[in-house]
Amino acid sequence: MMSSNFRAWPLFLLLTVLSLPLVTMYVYLFVDTVTDTTAGSLIPDRFTLQHWRFLWEAPETGRVSIWTVTLNTFVFAICTTLVNVSASVTAGYALSRLNMPFKRFFLGGILTLHAFPTITLIISIFLILQMIGLYNTLIGVILVKTALELPFGIWIMKGFFDNVPWEIEMAGLQDGASRFTVWWKLVLPQVQPGIAALAVFVFLSAWSEFILPQVLAPSGSAQVLSTYLSNLIFDDVKPDFNMFKSVGVFYALPVIVIYLIFNRQLMNIYGGGTKG
Amino acid sequence: MRISIENFTKSFGDTTVIEDMSLEIGDGEMLALLGPSGCGKSTTLFAICGIHRMNAGRLLFGDADVTEVSSQKRNVGVVFQNYALYPHMNVYENIAFPLKVRKESRAEIDRKVQEIAGLVHIGELLRRRPMQLSGGQQQRVALARALIRKPDILLLDEPLANLDAKLRLEMRSEIRRIQLATGITAVLVTHDQVEAMSMCDRIALMDKGRIVQLSTPKDMYENPSSDFVAGFLGNPPIAFLEGAAANGGFRLANSQVTLPVPSGIDMPGEGAPMRFGVRPEFFQPDNPLKVSGKVSFVETQGREELYDVTLENGAVLRSIQSQSAGFRLGEEVSWGIAQDRILAFGPDGNRL
Ligand SMILES: Nc1ncnc2c1ncn2[C@@H]1O[C@H](COP(=O)(O)OP(=O)(O)O)[C@@H](O)[C@H]1O
Ligand SMILES: [Mg+2]
Repeated sequence: MMSSNFRAWPLFLLLTVLSLPLVTMYVYLFVDTVTDTTAGSLIPDRFTLQHWRFLWEAPETGRVSIWTVTLNTFVFAICTTLVNVSASVTAGYALSRLNMPFKRFFLGGILTLHAFPTITLIISIFLILQMIGLYNTLIGVILVKTALELPFGIWIMKGFFDNVPWEIEMAGLQDGASRFTVWWKLVLPQVQPGIAALAVFVFLSAWSEFILPQVLAPSGSAQVLSTYLSNLIFDDVKPDFNMFKSVGVFYALPVIVIYLIFNRQLMNIYGGGTKG
Repeated sequence: MRISIENFTKSFGDTTVIEDMSLEIGDGEMLALLGPSGCGKSTTLFAICGIHRMNAGRLLFGDADVTEVSSQKRNVGVVFQNYALYPHMNVYENIAFPLKVRKESRAEIDRKVQEIAGLVHIGELLRRRPMQLSGGQQQRVALARALIRKPDILLLDEPLANLDAKLRLEMRSEIRRIQLATGITAVLVTHDQVEAMSMCDRIALMDKGRIVQLSTPKDMYENPSSDFVAGFLGNPPIAFLEGAAANGGFRLANSQVTLPVPSGIDMPGEGAPMRFGVRPEFFQPDNPLKVSGKVSFVETQGREELYDVTLENGAVLRSIQSQSAGFRLGEEVSWGIAQDRILAFGPDGNRL
């Protein structure tokens, strides 16, 4: 921690001044969602829940209810997380431990894919989804998002598996357990911090994903919160900016909650170790 | 259970680590695989338990050929060098794991865990995690886990290497006690000659993937087959004198001094290089075969004192004497070698 001969307050002062604009913005974001302000003034003068009406009012015709969209977003984020974690956990183990052919090729491929600017693929993905009939469906976006996040997940999990001592597995085999039991009962618990971190990471990434849903499932019942938000701002003839902010806060809420709960696990992913 | 290794060969890629090794370990015997680091001891151990596949050769447990049997089915208990306890399970769960895998009943598991925990004296630690245990306690847990299935064979890979000196002494006799109590056939891998000599019935001394001598500790100490074996066993170590055969005796290198050779050995031809090995306990003031030199090093070891004596040709002999002797550094001495305890080695390093 901080040593006693290191004076902290000048640093704090500097950081406070630098982050003041940001803090102000966040404060206004929250305040604006529950108040009205007379045009030209900076100080809000009325309390109102008007801007949150999207939560309880029936949607206008042609629009989808916010709750359907929220459900979609959860389904999207959770499915992406589940598929990604299960694939990363198995593939990462295989790359870390199994003596399989073309291992170097796979490792190189994963690194390349991880560094690849995926957005350049979006048009071909769009065409493929349309061809196989998954355009404008949740499944389509889930598959694409999972595929694009997978190299990162596999690479991270491989790093965690690399840190598990070989002897634990040897001991397990010697104790009479099958390869699968060894993996499931002895190895996975060792990388559990990695799994937690990866799951949170992928969930947050899917939750905030905008480009993929926007291009691959832009309208109708497959909308997610990010596209709903953007539709709100583009569609309206007479935009209600405070309502836009309310939806934004609503959208950000789960992220904040998750971040508060799991920030320790998230740190882990950058350490790549099993401490903590 | 008797273990027979026949013509075992193991290579990793292009490097052959073990070549054509054969070894027989008797039922209930405790055998040490002793040798310098990297000579292939662990490789041999892992071949016996099935972690390494043999490139050539056969492995038999009793009369059954287990060369192609998977490690799960070999019924061999292994204690790994770093113990390899499962960090997420407590001691009880660690020990119970081999039984859980075999789906034994809870009552049965409980009975066996309590029994084995009693044998290795860890009864009061069962609820702790491995991280909360000292090295010696982890060692006991690893032993218990290896023994709980009542394996036919127990393999120990450098089991004492990670312990401090006092614990090492304690666990040395503990492991031997448990091995004798269970009557299990055991193989101990170690690079420490004291461990091998004090714990085992027989020692297989390995060098560069070959077994250079296989005998009882006493026999190996007294009758080493080569200068490598002689140099590996004994603490303080044996001292070697270089020289050559001359007139049926042994002439020291760069010197006119000629020593008689021990009786009953085959002398190499005149002028052939030879080595004499003299153990510190056989170089003493009152022995008859005197050589003179200067005390060049004194080390007090408590009960005994260790002296190095540099001869006039520069060779060094070592002597260990009781505390009362009291010779000084730099003193000129003329001490004697016990002639019939000299170990004579020929040009190829083999015992004459
Ligand atoms: N999995 C492996 N791959 C390649 N070389 C190995 C492997 N395991 C051991 N070796 C090599 O085999 C030799 C013997 O190793 P080992 O049996 O572990 O020696 P030790 O006698 O110290 O236990 C060493 O030179 C080591 O580098
Ligand atoms: Mg070793």
